[in-house]
Amino acid sequence: MKRWQRKDLLGIQELSAAEINFLLTSAQAFKQVGKRSVKKVPSLRGKTVVNLFIEPSTRTRTSFELAATRLSADVINITANASSLVKGETLKDTALNLQALHADVIIIRHSAAGAPHFLGRLLKASVINAGDGAHEHPTQALLDAFTILEKKGRIAGLNVTILGDILFSRVARSNIWLLTKLGANVTLAGPSTLVPRVFEQLGCRVTHNIDDALRDADVVNLLRIQHERQRQTLFPSIGEYTTMFGLNKERFARLKPDAMIMHPGPVNRGVEIDSEVADCDRSVILEQVTNGLAVRMAVLFLCCGGQVVES
Amino acid sequence: MNSLIIKHGRVIDPANRVDEIRDVFIAAGKITGTPSGHTEVIDATGKIVTPGLIDIHVHLREPGRSDKESIETGTRCAARGGFTSIVAMPNTTPAADNTGTIAFIKQRAAEVACVNVFPAGAITKELKGEELAPIGSLKRAGVVAITDDGRCVQNNELMRRAVEYAKMFDLPVMDHCQDYNIAADGVMHEGYWSAVLGLRGWPSVAEEIIVARNILMAEVTDWHIHCQHLSSARSVGLVREAKKRGVKISAEACPHHFTLSDERLKDYDTNFKMNPPLRTEADRQALLAGLADGTIDIIASDHAPHCTYEKQVEFDVAPFGIIGLETELALSLALVQQKVLSLSQLIEKLTTNPAKLLRLPKGTLSAGADADVTVIDPTAEWTYDVEQSASKSNNSPFHGCHLNGRAVTTIVGGKIAWQLE
Repeated sequence: MKRWQRKDLLGIQELSAAEINFLLTSAQAFKQVGKRSVKKVPSLRGKTVVNLFIEPSTRTRTSFELAATRLSADVINITANASSLVKGETLKDTALNLQALHADVIIIRHSAAGAPHFLGRLLKASVINAGDGAHEHPTQALLDAFTILEKKGRIAGLNVTILGDILFSRVARSNIWLLTKLGANVTLAGPSTLVPRVFEQLGCRVTHNIDDALRDADVVNLLRIQHERQRQTLFPSIGEYTTMFGLNKERFARLKPDAMIMHPGPVNRGVEIDSEVADCDRSVILEQVTNGLAVRMAVLFLCCGGQVVES
Repeated sequence: MNSLIIKHGRVIDPANRVDEIRDVFIAAGKITGTPSGHTEVIDATGKIVTPGLIDIHVHLREPGRSDKESIETGTRCAARGGFTSIVAMPNTTPAADNTGTIAFIKQRAAEVACVNVFPAGAITKELKGEELAPIGSLKRAGVVAITDDGRCVQNNELMRRAVEYAKMFDLPVMDHCQDYNIAADGVMHEGYWSAVLGLRGWPSVAEEIIVARNILMAEVTDWHIHCQHLSSARSVGLVREAKKRGVKISAEACPHHFTLSDERLKDYDTNFKMNPPLRTEADRQALLAGLADGTIDIIASDHAPHCTYEKQVEFDVAPFGIIGLETELALSLALVQQKVLSLSQLIEKLTTNPAKLLRLPKGTLSAGADADVTVIDPTAEWTYDVEQSASKSNNSPFHGCHLNGRAVTTIVGGKIAWQLE
């Protein structure tokens, strides 16, 4: 693959393995930029990037904002909550207004699955999905893959366990598509109410036995238990979750010695992961954050029509 | 007096077990056995002539939301679709839970409707599922059934009393089957596609548990409950088994449920969002089997207009429902092409069966009956274009679809309500 062809980045599901690899390769170039004393490049000078965040987020919004700033774009942040948007102006009108202001890229985070796809069809501007409901979070999966590649040198053949709230997780879905497309063996684990068997049809192994899920894992990706997305009927208590599925020291000690710990954040210390395990030298949680910047620079650059010159 | 002969058509009149080429005579708004005096002639050579079609599940939106649809435009959709009688659902604003609203609907229909409008009344006040509506008074005001359609009575005690009470007035009870706790805030069928799309699931069991409840209630009260718009395979199985035991239960299916499956939601197109949701291919096949063996008695559209601006929003917040009166016949005729039903069986589900359920004096070409007649061109090939729709709304997933077969003349009370140009 020589050129990036897409206007939008809406999800991983529709990408080919070649497109994913192209994005990851491009991100390597941008990672180098972050190590320089002058961290800014002029690639998107004169472009307008809008961070349209219709669901609370600090980490992803900050990462996108910094990525756009380092590419010299002009960045506008718009935050709203979905309910005020429903009552007042529609998402369609908001987006058309942004287009009327000649926005080149709209980065959207929304609690409703499919909202970025709706905008992608509607707008001439590039639309980048920064997380839509429980659907996809493509840049998270890309930065996770980038981190795995950096540490392990490969993705094909690795055993990756994703542990936690799969049902309501966009991170899980994007990771499932990406990792299976690149040849990893993906295991999903957690309570049966949050990890339904139907996910086997997405090409994963599903287990509700934590030891079984961790035994052969090369990578363990922990997901936050998201109180705000859940009904009260799905599991009895946070305490029981921690007892049954938390990555505590005993479980950590039984992992393969080179198994790597990932977490998309924010971490609930003492819930899905023991605090010391989160900080140990096999945890790459902060490197994921650093790599997120490089990946998002690459995505912004490519969706704006830039091409990375391969050295 | 205006009189009409419909000549040389293939007359299918299931009520009289007729399926043959013959002429149909109309005078003074009634079907007559013989021609009388000066007559206008409709040549129906190569066409099918049936009793006027009946759709027992239509949302006309008036009073309250005549920006979505009105009695005038909704009945024009019906006429174009070949329907001469429709049953108006009570979830208007105000709800049809009082005699004043029923009187208003009948008055407006008398003024502007081009087909017969039979109102359904609410089971509970404001469709809230808390207190019984004045069911006896509603019957006197002219309702042909009661239903809280769009909503479902969750309180089983209240449902039991409603059915017992309606029985006194010979009023069938129709139910939109949905358990609110299980369906919760689901927006599509719970299964593979909801897992992929990250949309909240509305599982089949939320319908099935209420279908089972209704079967038990029909048994306990020995009275008729009609399950509206069945969508799932197990619902069909429950009704089939109950009918074998002689329970007074019946069921309808909508063209979108027996034509489409949940895979179609993959682009988040809100014109595929309806309640109950599109389900799996296996469910669709079960609906076809239920139609074929008579478990599902009736085909109805659940015509549910919504404004374009209401549908052009995030999938989660878009309203449920699609318009359906204009595409219903063609999608149903596809069942004949697919050999699911004979033509006569199909016409039963669109005429005699709904008439029998709601005791409507309709659905037959017997001499003396109201001259409601539909002339169908079974071979017409056409493309559905919502821009040309008679509806005020254009929320159809069938826009741009190539369809086979359509009504060419719709006659209501001896008058041509609509004719294809």
